[in-house]
Amino acid sequence: MVGRFVMPAVVLLVLGAFVVSERVVQEQHDDGKIHVTYWEKWTGIEFDAIKRVVDEYNRSQDKIHVDLLSVSGIHNKTLMATAAGVPPDVAGLFGPNIAQYFHDRAVIPLDEMCAEAGITRDDYIPIYWDICTFEGTLYALPATPASTALHYNTRLYKEAGFTKPPETIEEMDAYAVKLTKKDSNGDIVQAGFMHQEPGWWNWGWGFVFGGELWDGESKITCDSPDNVRAFTWLQDYSRKYGTSKLQNFKSGFGAFASPQNAFMSEKVAMVLQGGWMGNFISQFKPDLQWAAAPFPYPKDKPELKGRTFADLDILVIPRGAKHPKEAFEFIKFVQSQKGMEMLCLGQTKHSPLAKSSPEFYAKHPNPYIRLFTDMPKNDSVVSPPKIAIWPEYSSELRNAFDEIFIELKDPQTVLARVRTRMQPALDRYLREKALRQGE
Amino acid sequence: MTFRKTEARNGYLFAMPWFIGFGLFLAYPIIASVYFSFTEYSVLKPPIWVGTENYETLFADEVFWKTLGNTLFFAALYVPLATLLAFGLALLLNSKVRFMAVYRTVFFMPSLVPVVSLVILWMWLFNGEHGLINNALGWVGITGPGWLTDTAWSKPAIVFMSLWGVGNAMVIYLAGLQEVPQQLYEAADLDGATPWQKTKSVTIPLVSPVILFNVVMGIIGSLQIFTQPYVMSEDGSPSRSIYFYSMYLFDNAFKYHKMGYASAMAWIMFLVIFLLTLVALKFAEKRVHYEGG
Repeated sequence: MVGRFVMPAVVLLVLGAFVVSERVVQEQHDDGKIHVTYWEKWTGIEFDAIKRVVDEYNRSQDKIHVDLLSVSGIHNKTLMATAAGVPPDVAGLFGPNIAQYFHDRAVIPLDEMCAEAGITRDDYIPIYWDICTFEGTLYALPATPASTALHYNTRLYKEAGFTKPPETIEEMDAYAVKLTKKDSNGDIVQAGFMHQEPGWWNWGWGFVFGGELWDGESKITCDSPDNVRAFTWLQDYSRKYGTSKLQNFKSGFGAFASPQNAFMSEKVAMVLQGGWMGNFISQFKPDLQWAAAPFPYPKDKPELKGRTFADLDILVIPRGAKHPKEAFEFIKFVQSQKGMEMLCLGQTKHSPLAKSSPEFYAKHPNPYIRLFTDMPKNDSVVSPPKIAIWPEYSSELRNAFDEIFIELKDPQTVLARVRTRMQPALDRYLREKALRQGE
Repeated sequence: MTFRKTEARNGYLFAMPWFIGFGLFLAYPIIASVYFSFTEYSVLKPPIWVGTENYETLFADEVFWKTLGNTLFFAALYVPLATLLAFGLALLLNSKVRFMAVYRTVFFMPSLVPVVSLVILWMWLFNGEHGLINNALGWVGITGPGWLTDTAWSKPAIVFMSLWGVGNAMVIYLAGLQEVPQQLYEAADLDGATPWQKTKSVTIPLVSPVILFNVVMGIIGSLQIFTQPYVMSEDGSPSRSIYFYSMYLFDNAFKYHKMGYASAMAWIMFLVIFLLTLVALKFAEKRVHYEGG
């Protein structure tokens, strides 16, 4: 009877399909090396730079092979992969992720491995080591860092009769007035300075006036007088130049990495930008006349002179990684002067290491590389707060920026509302942390 | 084993892949999300039972209300407009003129464009400074708004953009229209009915079940709007004017790792959709005409 064989045949077919498909997707490593998977957030030139470092490492020894993969939305995907028990061995995250990852116990501490390898805080510019630590424990090591400065168009400066960059915020405001041009309809055709260009740090203007976003322990302080002052200052721009005029002008800007970039196409004369900007300029608008200087400080707060935002890409080993030791071997290679300078040169950033070689400076394409390296060593340096609710908090602050800048709402009221929303979130986090302490 | 039993066993065995898939990937997560909605859960650590706290926090959460309001606003604007547009197009495309197949294809095509590329295209059209829409408005002397930068215009802009995708509903209407028996129109013609009277008294009653189906699907779809606004602005900027319910839910689940809170949000959305669907069905009870029933 044929019918008798149908069922077993179907079952066999299904099982066979499972086995074959599993075989097909399983990568075969018969090179005798241990394979370390490394997820990285970057694409483009930054990814190419990482790829060169990985290739160099793979060539340098014959025990470990690093498999590099570019992953979008890395911060969420790494966390989900960690939850599922199949994380990569190394993940290249953003510095501010560390608090949340610590809170979710998604990364392993690196203190012991660092001690064994002789890696200490002294090897680095302090702020970058500190970004990697949370509550006294080290959970990451630096990849490439970034610091920010005022970038200004020297051709437009010359046209307006300026010979040097503004020292203080008040001077910058005056420069901006002179550098802003309107057409006969009153539409803006050139802006002196715009807070929304590039708009990546809309949450952080408080830092310029010495504001802090929390007290480092249990209190949200986004509506402190300094923060309110900062948001009032940026609202003044919106009032002075016209919200809808600015918004319409901004909507005509091209993509960041293109010759239509607002700064490169000379639509905006001054922007807050990071050390990578020089590279994009030489790529897309090599004839642009520009310079960089520390961002201005408020006249009544000279202690904030030279303040910069420092941020960092970090390398972590997720909890549950299959080859943590080998992963650290690779991270260690990146921390060596050779590996780090290769990486930072490739991404045209400064090095997070305390000392950079003369060749590094000589080869570096950014003419202001020493400025970007030195500013983060300044005591006034700031970095995004290491607070587990940061993704939520920063989203609130970005929205506060919109409400204050676009809707012209009262900064004090808006920021106070952000505080009343975020304080309970922080309280909940602290309560849960206390609850879990005993586990 | 009797024949019936063998048949039943084989039947279940063949359906087993579906049962397993449904159980693992649908039934279990749905049931688990009920439990998680009463816990604080970040996925990486075991959940902590917090009772109804998530729901209480939600009702006091202004962003929750803001996103719910935005979403209902979108649905209230989109569903009627999409219904009118899709039905109107279907009526036009149901007439007997040359090259009808070409017209039908042309009107259906936009719904085949991948959403992300569609959104990027529309962002250029809506651009306040160089956009084609404002340029066209300029020809008739209207200064167009900054569609995507003005809090008053960003939601209508998304409705406008979404109307591009009515092709699917239109095809369903078209199929419904073709089912209407020709003899009814002939009888109406004999009675001297005008085209409008024929549409009102013959066409609409006979395709009313299709309208109901499309409206219910429209409600469900528009309350879950996510991709279009998310591609435009992850934060729902400006000022969260295009921050919709599903985006806030997604952020809570995958950015803030508040899976319990997100589960509670999902259940509230389920209830909202369920209630609105009930209302639609109740409203339709006496107004929808089923042939032979």
